[in-house]
Amino acid sequence: MIVPSTGLAFSALLRNKMRSALTMLGIIIGVGAVVMMQSMGGGATAYVSEAISGLGSNMLFVIPGTQRGMGQLTTGVPLFTMGDLDAIRHLARDVALVTPAGSRVERVVYGGRNRSSAVGGVGPEYFEIRSWGVTSGRLYTQEDERQGGSVCLIGQTIVDDIFLSRSPLGKDLRVRDKTCRVIGVLESKGAAVGTDQDDTVFMPYSTFTRRLVGSDRTATILAAAVSTDRIDEAKEEMIEILRRRRHIAPGDDDNFSVRDPRDIQAVLQSVMGMLTTLLAGVAAVSLVVGGIGIMNIMLVSVTERTREIGVRLAIGARSRDILTQFLVEATTLSAVGGGIGIVFGLVGAWAVARGLHVPFVIPGISMPVAFAVSVLVGIAFGVWPARKAARLHPLEALRFE
Amino acid sequence: MGSSTSDTLSRGRDPALLSLRGVTKVYGQGGAAVRALDGVDLDIGTGEFVAITGASGSGKSTTMSIIGCLDVPTGGEYRIEGLPVQDLSSDVLAALRNTRFGFVFQQFNLLARTSALENVAMPLVYAGVGSRERSVRAREALAAVGLAGREQARTNELSGGEQQRVAIARAIVNQPEIVLADEPTGNLDSRMGEEIMQLLLALNRDRGITVIMVTHDAHCAAHAQHQVVFRDGRIVDNARGVDPS
Repeated sequence: MIVPSTGLAFSALLRNKMRSALTMLGIIIGVGAVVMMQSMGGGATAYVSEAISGLGSNMLFVIPGTQRGMGQLTTGVPLFTMGDLDAIRHLARDVALVTPAGSRVERVVYGGRNRSSAVGGVGPEYFEIRSWGVTSGRLYTQEDERQGGSVCLIGQTIVDDIFLSRSPLGKDLRVRDKTCRVIGVLESKGAAVGTDQDDTVFMPYSTFTRRLVGSDRTATILAAAVSTDRIDEAKEEMIEILRRRRHIAPGDDDNFSVRDPRDIQAVLQSVMGMLTTLLAGVAAVSLVVGGIGIMNIMLVSVTERTREIGVRLAIGARSRDILTQFLVEATTLSAVGGGIGIVFGLVGAWAVARGLHVPFVIPGISMPVAFAVSVLVGIAFGVWPARKAARLHPLEALRFE
Repeated sequence: MGSSTSDTLSRGRDPALLSLRGVTKVYGQGGAAVRALDGVDLDIGTGEFVAITGASGSGKSTTMSIIGCLDVPTGGEYRIEGLPVQDLSSDVLAALRNTRFGFVFQQFNLLARTSALENVAMPLVYAGVGSRERSVRAREALAAVGLAGREQARTNELSGGEQQRVAIARAIVNQPEIVLADEPTGNLDSRMGEEIMQLLLALNRDRGITVIMVTHDAHCAAHAQHQVVFRDGRIVDNARGVDPS
């Protein structure tokens, strides 16, 4: 009975194309949203994981304040001093590399061209921690750092835009009202979500603080453990040293945080978890609304086709044949809607992934789940109209005007 | 075909094909109750051509519905070959309508925007016949009513007479013993009506199908050997002419 019913259901739905399309809209939106968000979430996770592994798996960073819940930082806590850096450098045995890191946006000028770029002040260790090299020229050295030399490294975007793709080596780049000599061009890192990692200038931290900031206190310390499996020990040592230097009494909370990429991943996972829950709610509401739409249209259809039901009963259809027919029709509506929703969701996610330069991920498990749920919605909301049809009295249905 | 089933079902005394005894039908309840049938006794034998006439509301259509298992009596007894119908489940009634009865309606009642072939094949879907055989048998039935070559025509492309022929093809496609025709010529002009009458007579004569027809038209009724006249829910005249067989 199911097979002829499906064919029948399709022809019944094709007879009212516009109505069927509008009825399916709720399901299409619900399923489309789920598939799209799952794909985008997967893409974002893949992207961030890749970015984190690019940071180096034994990397640590220290920021003042502690995170309270989601993204809320304590304010009014002191920054770190160069003394803190030296203490970590000399006393923490499991910390291999450590550097202060500062950043601000400045106007950079060469020739007649200028742009606003991120200017970073970091020690030479920074490039070792991030395993970041140059494509031409050289990185700066501890000697440059000690002397506060007016040297800088620039990203490919600056080469292309300010130097019009000609070699910038040995040229003097103006950063705000100071100049620095370009000694190297950094390897291209590509664009991240919203930011171009190649639109950047790096100079020694001492140069940065003396010439651009005026204070050598830093809000970020970047460090690398001697190896990935010593990361927890390195963390402990840094916490102990910083607590002592910041005069935190035993039992009091830290007024700084030491984080590693696993923490970022954990935060990311909790954000993704929340998004997924939120999305499941939106999808559930949309599917229920879609289901009610299907129920409504099926009730209308049962009324419109009362005579047809009467004829079918008269020529030998049993109640359960009529029930099956309308149930299959409702389910066909929701299943086709679910299928269209999956396609729309994938296309939407693909477009967004392309636009934001993040990987496009096909959300494996959520597609069959979304499809199965839309089929279930069709059955659940189709039962009542179908029962109404199946319970019609043959004679009354035949005489219905 | 009719004789073979009565052979297998008859126990001792040969019962009539269809038999109504003291059948009453009441619609509604309490003060609003309407007594549509008030003690109807009627026997119809295999191979008869029966015309049921009477004024509107006299009970002829109600009788037809009870005979066709579309409705069950409030009181009294209706038996098909001795089998009491009121005890049967709705699924068994559906199976009886599917295999033993064919229905022809005044309004044709074909499925709109559907081909003649699909309309005719519909009872076979519920009989569980495979799609290839459905198509073969539906073509045969259409040929039998003179519509060979019109299989793919949609309902709305057919004239009234053609639509009624499709309906008759649908009624006979599952080879029933009994065809019930409720005002089959009521929506047709007299020429087309006469064609439909001849078709029904031919089914009765050539295939031995029992035809029971409700009609207003005295001219149509005159074709039948067995005339039943209703008034106020009772049979007032029940006359059998000369049986040609």
